[in-house]
Amino acid sequence: MQKDLPQYWRSLEELAQTAEFRAFVEDEFPNRTPDWNDAGSRRRFLTLMGASIALAGASACTVQPKEMIVPYVRQPEDYVPGKPLFYATSASWGGIATGLLVESHLGRPTKIEGNPQHPASLGATDATMQASVLTLYDPDRSQTVTQNGNISEWGVFVTALTAARDSAGARRGAGFRLLTGTVTSPTLAAQIQEFLTAFPGAKWHQYEPCGRHSARAGATAAFGQPLNTIYRFDRAAVIVSLDADFLCSSMPGSLRYARDYSARRRAAAVNPNAHPPRLYVAEGTPSITGGMAEHRLRMRTSEVAAFAAALAQELKAPSNGSSAAVRAIAKDLRAHPGESIVIAGEHQPPGVHVLAHAINQMLGNAGKTVLYTDSVEANPVDELASLTELVNEMRSGAVESLLMFGGNPVYDAPADLNFLAELKKITFRAHLGVYSNETAAWCHWHIPEAHYLETWSDARAYDGTASIVQPLIAPIYSGKTPHDLINVLMNRADRSSHDTVRDYWQRQHPAADFNDFWQISLHDGVIAGTTFTEKMPPAAKLSTPVASAASGLEIVFRPDPSIGDGALSNNAWLQEMPKPQNKMTWDNAVWISPKSAEHYGVTTGDVIEIAFQGRKVNGPVWILPGHADESLTVHLGYGRTRAGKVANGIGFNAYALRVSSAVWQGSGAAFTRKSGGYPFATTQHTQTMEERDPFRAATFAEYHQNPGFANPPDKHVSPETTLFPQWQYNHHKWGMAIDLTACIGCHACTIACQSENNIPVVGKTEVAKGRHMNWLRVDRYYQGSLDDPETLYQPVPCMHCENALCELVCPVAATVHSAEGLNEMVYNRCVGTRYCSNNCPYKVRRFNFFLYADWNTQSLFGVRNPDVSVRSRGVMEKCSYCVQRINGAKIEAEKQDRPLADGEIVTACQQACPAEAIVFGDLNDPNSRVAKLKRERRNYGLLEELNTRPRTTYLARLRNPNPDLDKG
Amino acid sequence: MNPEDQESSAVATLDPGPDKVIGPGHDYGSVTDEIGGVVFMPFLKTPRQLFTGFACAFVLVNLLMVAVTWLFVRGVGIWGIVIPVAWGFAIVNFVWWIGIGHAGTLISAILLLLKQDWRTSINRFSEAMTLFAVACAGMFPILHLGRPWLAYWLLPYPNTMWLWPQPRSPLIWDVFAVSTYATVSFIFWFTGLIPDFATMRDKAGNSLAQKIFGTLAMGWRGSAKHWARYQKAYLLLAGLSTPLVVSVHSVVSFDFAVAILPGWHTTIFPPYFVAGAIYSGFAMVLTLAIPVRRWYHLEDLITMRHIECMAKVMLGTGLIVAYGYAMEAFMAWYSGGIYERYAFVNRMWAGGYWWTYWVLILCNIAIPQLLWSRRVRMSVPAVFMIALVVNVGMWLERFVIVVTSLTRDFVPSSWGMYYPTIWDWSTYLGTIGVFLSLMFLFVRGLPAISIFEMREVVHHEAEPVHAHGD
Repeated sequence: MQKDLPQYWRSLEELAQTAEFRAFVEDEFPNRTPDWNDAGSRRRFLTLMGASIALAGASACTVQPKEMIVPYVRQPEDYVPGKPLFYATSASWGGIATGLLVESHLGRPTKIEGNPQHPASLGATDATMQASVLTLYDPDRSQTVTQNGNISEWGVFVTALTAARDSAGARRGAGFRLLTGTVTSPTLAAQIQEFLTAFPGAKWHQYEPCGRHSARAGATAAFGQPLNTIYRFDRAAVIVSLDADFLCSSMPGSLRYARDYSARRRAAAVNPNAHPPRLYVAEGTPSITGGMAEHRLRMRTSEVAAFAAALAQELKAPSNGSSAAVRAIAKDLRAHPGESIVIAGEHQPPGVHVLAHAINQMLGNAGKTVLYTDSVEANPVDELASLTELVNEMRSGAVESLLMFGGNPVYDAPADLNFLAELKKITFRAHLGVYSNETAAWCHWHIPEAHYLETWSDARAYDGTASIVQPLIAPIYSGKTPHDLINVLMNRADRSSHDTVRDYWQRQHPAADFNDFWQISLHDGVIAGTTFTEKMPPAAKLSTPVASAASGLEIVFRPDPSIGDGALSNNAWLQEMPKPQNKMTWDNAVWISPKSAEHYGVTTGDVIEIAFQGRKVNGPVWILPGHADESLTVHLGYGRTRAGKVANGIGFNAYALRVSSAVWQGSGAAFTRKSGGYPFATTQHTQTMEERDPFRAATFAEYHQNPGFANPPDKHVSPETTLFPQWQYNHHKWGMAIDLTACIGCHACTIACQSENNIPVVGKTEVAKGRHMNWLRVDRYYQGSLDDPETLYQPVPCMHCENALCELVCPVAATVHSAEGLNEMVYNRCVGTRYCSNNCPYKVRRFNFFLYADWNTQSLFGVRNPDVSVRSRGVMEKCSYCVQRINGAKIEAEKQDRPLADGEIVTACQQACPAEAIVFGDLNDPNSRVAKLKRERRNYGLLEELNTRPRTTYLARLRNPNPDLDKG
Repeated sequence: MNPEDQESSAVATLDPGPDKVIGPGHDYGSVTDEIGGVVFMPFLKTPRQLFTGFACAFVLVNLLMVAVTWLFVRGVGIWGIVIPVAWGFAIVNFVWWIGIGHAGTLISAILLLLKQDWRTSINRFSEAMTLFAVACAGMFPILHLGRPWLAYWLLPYPNTMWLWPQPRSPLIWDVFAVSTYATVSFIFWFTGLIPDFATMRDKAGNSLAQKIFGTLAMGWRGSAKHWARYQKAYLLLAGLSTPLVVSVHSVVSFDFAVAILPGWHTTIFPPYFVAGAIYSGFAMVLTLAIPVRRWYHLEDLITMRHIECMAKVMLGTGLIVAYGYAMEAFMAWYSGGIYERYAFVNRMWAGGYWWTYWVLILCNIAIPQLLWSRRVRMSVPAVFMIALVVNVGMWLERFVIVVTSLTRDFVPSSWGMYYPTIWDWSTYLGTIGVFLSLMFLFVRGLPAISIFEMREVVHHEAEPVHAHGD
């Protein structure tokens, strides 16, 4: 066989092995040729592919929109564009002032801070003050003068008011009435006095729906004059609260009290020899103060009086007839003469206040821990009697003209007075108010009132210290002040509030240096030398024996924990602030104890009809552990009809049940179940710690014996548990410590954070789903029995974990670690996978499920902090440790070529906190406050066992229970 | 093959019995005619069920359109997701659809490499199913984004900010895994179709069909060179797809396994997810194949042998899944971790969704045990019902993993519930509509069974001696 010829052949070409034939075979039967033999083309392919990808990345340019930039013609003083200015002013609730520093950007007030120089604040604020800036920009505020509901003008009103005054003036003012809230403003009081002098027939009435009726009456009964009581909790080792929520309520000075009380607790945690305060609280409705108590004595609100009497009796003459608690408390009090405080609650009858005064005098506390001064009110009157007198005169037809300065008596006057029916009999009714509310609707005239941030005025604090209220902004809606109205009455319509206030103080300080005095007073926010001097009152007269508690179902009226008496109900921040006790938002409820609920066969969400003294109201039930049995608590301030878009129609109006004989409590209420399934919106659904220990607590004694209790070995993970080198923080290393011993759970931090960081409000339905946006939430856990549990509050911001789980899972690097240890959220980069939130064990991340931020309401743009992005739909957000403040302070320090000082950077939550429970700072500085706190042995990290290495840590709660009482 | 069966010519039904992958009496022409005939059937002769089915499915497609439009207008808040349950139906459905796709890849690739002859008549069908399932799955990761118009940020593309995706995130791995899977599945499916497109081109009665099929056939002439290249490419693609069977659902399981959440943070997830995927995939193939087989009278091409084999695969993978459940529960107890343990307490009785867990056990473990019985396996209605039950069970499995774990994690204060809204359901049903619509269109417009591979089967059946050793 020939080697070069195929054995078989099918064509002549095959036989001949021509080149054409070979090409054909190779083409047709490719198996015979090797693949991928052209290395060059493969490389060329990859080159081309890479080039095309690179070309695809070339992007176009965007034409920027045309915008006008107009410079100032006259630059305001001290104004540097982009830098905020701070002005001192003060805000008054119930007439009592608290000093503030208000941050102003481009002439817009954006953020409220406490004034560190003001005795009632010392830099702290409460949630109400924080939220008040939102009211300034509320689009629902009253914007024009109205006459019978039609738009009118100020000039027309001035004519009408002058005519009304002249008509009354013919009778020396008879038939002309002024109705104000509690007035502490020296200027306004002087103006009113001047008016009353000129028109002696006219009368001035004061009424505050949630005013200090009992305290005033109690002091009058005890001492014959309405003395003002100031408590020094920094000096108190034993505190007995008779239903007094002195830590977080409308009680004057409560911010200062919280500061003093927690400072003493914090000091005792560091120093084993210091004496921590021991707090006993007797109350029926769980309060913030009750939550802090070492021993909370749960009793019906009406039984507190009997308890106080028993305590007084036991102190006077110890007997075995008293209960163990009373004996133990009395023993404790006697052991600390001059070092204890017995404080009566604003909502307790005057008799309890008398007893408290007597006990304090008996224990030698008066002048030491309990100080007395003249009343800070300009004209202290029994406001209930004052309003009743007005209504009686309205009924008799003696009132011809009524000028109301703020307030909303049609809504909040005691129901038995029938204020509205009598109001209609008056021929000239004028109302000055920030909102055109229920009362304004029934007035001939309504005048928009200037918000306090638009107002020149003055006011006194809980200790008498006077402050100037100075405006941060010209009245947005040409609002008027009470001073303006009195000026009209005195024929000085063109006189401004500023001049009126300044003239008053010039009269008080006629020296040549008045200009300096005025400037310093404005700058400092306090007027030097106006604090009232201490007085030693006569021995308290124990007038009438305290009536024993009536039987039957008790009803307790309280201002709402978030919106107070209802004046601020159109404030969405406050509406959405979880009420500390039950974490409920956007509603009020009838609180009832678990035992009573079982007894009456109702459950949370049942709507009941409450009948009290012939009046009926429907409201939903909330079973609140720790509430007294056989007692209902209803909160005032809801059920508004003309509050604005935010508050209209939410909740039920408890004022409709409130009568002048039972403004705070009454017995003989009854209720029937109407329906069930009322939808509440709460931010926390699980009430206990479920056998976990996010919140760790011990007694002071246990801690000093076993300092490591907060860090059991199984919770600790060594920071070296990694193969990778640790990141070196060469410059700053931010961290935060939250002292649970100090924290009272007031939620001021939550609202401060909301204000600082432009956090949107989402509304009730969204909260109910679980989409609230608060960056800083306050967890509330119950521990112990269902009937009378301990209440534990734990603020939870972002932990800024060193090993941040969120950063690991973000696909687009929208959340990253900064070189200073912050876990940063880059909103613009976020695409909204929400994986970070799923992987966050603390669940501190918040997501914009919808476009929550209001991009349409022009007036609300003003309240926003220009240093913080307003987030859009589909973006994750969370606590940033107020990175804008960190960078602001760093830039300032760099400009001045100096290192940052400790305490220079204060986060919004830290700044607001009345208890100074939150401390932020540089962990690289061993002398910083935060570093010192973290060195305390009770410092622990939440879920530290997950090796997240949180930067926010907690200092375990320490308590000081009385060993004589088994409980606690 | 048993030669006796070949000789039996008297068959009462078209079904050749459990041992046969093709009915008797088929030659190349009859196979081509039977499969091609479905496509060339006059429009009005389309089986009524197909019209009805498509109409129903198309209604759901429109529902999806409405749901997605509203989603884009308003945002993901229209769904029931909240904090802490930030992932809901979208992710449940994503994982479910991706899982369903797995049967196609397994049948196409692994069974091809393993030379399982029974795969031939169902591979085209299941590949199409894979493709459509992946298309449905692929929608969800984009729809679920807070800002879906920025979905491309998950792709590594050069940009002026020099920002690249964050490679440690399992979601980025997902992007690559799923896009690779979709691409390879499509190429595999399309490559498989090319010889059949050529057949259709040659058989087409009108010029439009000729042009369409001709374009799709890409110049296929059936020359030896084409076949040689084709088989090499097909084998290569099979080789490429094989790791994907394992990798895709492993990567999807990393979305959960990498997270710290109790109930997610589990090393068993990758194999258990893959088994679950194949389980649900075969269930879906059966769910679809059984009706189509009946409507088009394809019992001689999709035989009882196919159904039984698939039932056996379901039984096998179902047992692996059952083992996975058992191990999860065992490890939760054995780990001693309080959070891990509670995740299971929550899953089984403490949480608001305890019933979903037990329904899932019923659907995925209890009921499929019936398949041990040959009588059940040989009963088409029984297998169909079990396949449906498994589809539901596997969906619930994803629900239990995704949602129930998120409702209660570490800090009790943040526990919450998830309530799907009408839009959650609309989107889910909508994608079922898309899937079914595409399947109906596919069955009507393309050869649903591989013609050329069936011809190979005919060839092998006819000449078993020659087939030996291939």
